[in-house]
This record gives sequence, structure tokens and C-alpha cells, in this order.
Amino acid sequence: MSRYVMVADLNRCVGCQTCTAACKHTNDTAPGVQWRKVLDMESGEYPEVRRTFVPVGCMHCAEPPCMHVCPSTATRQRPDGIVTIDYDLCIGCGYCMVACPYQARFKVMHRSQAYREGRMKIEREREHEERRAVAQKCTFCVDRIDAGLAKGLTPGVDPEATPACANACIADALIFGDIEDETSLVAILLKNNAHFRMHEELGTQPGFYYLGGDE
Amino acid sequence: MSLEPPLQTYLDWRAAGNFIAGGTGTGLLLVSAAAALLGVGGSLPAWLALLSVAAGLSLVWLEIGRPLRFLHVWFNPHTSWMTREAMLAPPLFAAGIPALIFDWPPLLGVAALIGMAFLYCQGRILYAAKGVPSWRSPRTVGLIVTTGLCEGVALFVVLAALRSPGFAPLTAGVALLLALLGVRAWVWRNYLEKLDAPRATLAVLARFNACFLLLGHALAGAFALLALLWPAQTRVAGILAGLCALLAGWALKFVLVTRAAHLQGYALDRSPARSAGSAGPGVRPGWD
Repeated sequence: MSRYVMVADLNRCVGCQTCTAACKHTNDTAPGVQWRKVLDMESGEYPEVRRTFVPVGCMHCAEPPCMHVCPSTATRQRPDGIVTIDYDLCIGCGYCMVACPYQARFKVMHRSQAYREGRMKIEREREHEERRAVAQKCTFCVDRIDAGLAKGLTPGVDPEATPACANACIADALIFGDIEDETSLVAILLKNNAHFRMHEELGTQPGFYYLGGDE
Repeated sequence: MSLEPPLQTYLDWRAAGNFIAGGTGTGLLLVSAAAALLGVGGSLPAWLALLSVAAGLSLVWLEIGRPLRFLHVWFNPHTSWMTREAMLAPPLFAAGIPALIFDWPPLLGVAALIGMAFLYCQGRILYAAKGVPSWRSPRTVGLIVTTGLCEGVALFVVLAALRSPGFAPLTAGVALLLALLGVRAWVWRNYLEKLDAPRATLAVLARFNACFLLLGHALAGAFALLALLWPAQTRVAGILAGLCALLAGWALKFVLVTRAAHLQGYALDRSPARSAGSAGPGVRPGWD
């Protein structure tokens, strides 16, 4: 059984936000909504200060608190570990948004409109009415994965079957793949490098790993 | 861009209103049912209790993004405490309304027990929200249940004092309120002392703490004692004690849901090793 995960190499990430732009372009997210973003974090004290760029988003947890609290079963987990939202079931209660410890979920109540005079063509054409007033988040570009698998492609290897953020990364800092496949790049990276996950103490078992710290 | 944990804004005053009205309503229903079973209560407090629970649920309905899909809230009883809370509402009213119409106290008792389960669900709703440290404390459930009971008894005391001089349950209600005030103060202190939350959350709760304890407990308790020890002023002191305890409970839930509800925020266990160096310290912005 596949378990898709994302690996972010913190030594490679340069904080260019290309993944953020690629995600927005691919998924038509509304202004202010970033399913994928890169944090600029400082740690330590002068003169031992470090700056780290940290890609974040939905962690596609193995134990997703958002799914457990969802009253409508709109949030589900596929057998391959990807956590999805059924926009037609979601009631937009916002409970999942306070259950997620990664600030990965968004709710947009109003249609995008940059100018008072009216909506632009791009706003009309790329509007996702089904996402209005319900929860939304990163899907690991699940439609690309499914379409790619249907063509016999391998997610994480073939760009056509790989999330847009990982495809777009200029530094190969974002790597996507099947952790259950020992020959996949993510499995090899995690086997050979020290890694950690964010907020592991909360028991969510995130499917998003960070490389870059020794043990 | 600040990486401090932001205040959650997804559940606003309407959600707080559900915790306020639901807690007070179910607490009031319990004490009203107890009074009815003892043959000393009227039906007004129980009607108000049901109305309060209904008002709370209506507020939540106003908050959800897709109100016409409200029936979907019942789809996940396996794991969602919000579903479980919603599922308890129909039997609560199905038992409570006929019990009051046909004046059948045992059925009102059943409604009150369902109300307690409803109140417990409210506590679990907050506890299950892992993204908000001040809610996911294991002591949150006890706090929500205790203050709900306290508010219910407080409102019952106010209603009893307004009803008529010498109304029998008033003195008992005041004594019960005094005891519950002590329990709530203890539960609150316990919650606050062991809370692990972002600095901003702790600062909000620290500011609220003094006011909550002084007005909601010390002053309310003093009025309750006065009501018990000075029979001539039982009604006035009872009303003041009840109002202080009631408003403090409402303030607690409003603050907890809308003001002291900062999200978990981001954190790094350690910063990456650079070149041939070793990993650096981690960082958790907004936390001590």
C-alpha cells in the first residue's frame, strides 16, 4: 500500500516561494490563501543566529485531527494517506481549522473581487464556487496524482503525477513520493538522513518530513 | 511576517454563544428537573433552559458557512464531538417539551441527563481542537462542565429570588451555588496553573484571572453567604450572587473561545546543520 509523503530539505530551501506561486497557479487559490507557503524562521541568539526557510502546508497526517473532529465526514483520508475535503459535504463550521495545529486550512466566505467596479475575467474564470464558505487546504495535487497513476506514471518521479510545488522547486528541496516504496527518493532520503516532523508531540504523525538536522 | 501564533478567528462570538447558552441551559435544566422531582419547582426555569439551548444551537447555525447543509452535522458520530452534541439536541427537546407540557417530572429528569451529556460534549469539542493549546488542555472538559453547572444554578437562584418571597428552593439553590463557586474556582486555578500555551494566550488569561476570581467568585460568594446568613436580604443578595456567578461564567467562555484562543503556531525542533557544522537550536515563536 502506498503512503505518499513530502520531504523538505531545509538545507536546500532558499525561500524563493516558487512552490507557493506554483501552488496558487495550479489550484487557483483565492487571494490570501496559501495552501503551500514557506516560512522564514530565525533561531538562536546573536552572534549564533540561524535563518531557516521552512515549507509548510497540510501535513497529510496519519492521525489527522481535522478528520476526527469533522462533523460532516467531508474530511477524509485516502488509503494512500492523502487527506481530502469533499466540498459538497462540508458545512463550513470551521471546527477542522481549529483542530489543525499547522494552520493549513482556510475558509473563504466571499468571491474574489479586486476592484469595486466589477470582477475581472480571470476572477470569473478561475473562481471555484464549490470552495466558497467551506474548508479548503492542500490536496497534494491529488487530481494530478490520480490522473498520473491512471496513465501508469509514478508520483514523485514523473512530473505529470507529482504535486505542483515539488515540480516547481528550483532547489530540489521539496521531494514527493511513496514512503512505503523502498526505492523511492523519499524513502532513501529518510533512511539516510536525520529528519524530524513538526509538532510530533501532538500525535498527529504528519506526512511531511524535514531534513537538515543531525541527531 | 510574524510567526507568533495568531488568534483563531474561525469560531467567533456565535460559537462562544453556543457554549454560553448551551452550558447555562443544560445546567439550569438539571437544577430545574431536580426541583421538579422534589415537587418544589415551577416550569419557567426549565422552559428557559430549553430556550437557552435552542438559542445556542441557532447561533452556531448562523456561523456555519453553508447553513442549508446543517443536516450534515449528524454524519460523523464515530469520532466527532460536534456530531454527538448535535445528535443529543433532538432527544433533549423531545423529552423536555412534553415533560413540561404534561407536567411529568421524571421525563424532565431524563431531559436533564441528556442535557448533561450535551454539556460534556461541549467540553470535548474544545478538548478535541488540537490546534488551540488553551482548548486542548485535559482540564478544559472539567472547566466547561463545572461552569455550565454553576451558571445553571446561578440563573436558577436569580429566577427563584424573583419569583416570590419565601420560595423554598431559593435557600437551597444559594447553598448549592456557593459550593459550586468553590469547585469552579478550584477547577479554574488548576486549569490555569497547568496550562501550556502561547505567551499571548497566557497573558490574556492572566489579565482575566483576577477579574474572574474577584467578581465571579469572591463577590458572588460573599453575596451568597449574605443571602444564607441574613434571611431578610436573601432575595436581593441571592440575585446579586447569581448574576455575578452567571456573568463570570459567560465571560469565561467568551474569553476562552474568542480571546485566549491562539493557535499552536509553527516550530522547528532544530535548525539545520550548515556545511560541516552541527544542527542548531530549535525555535518555537510565541512560546516561552
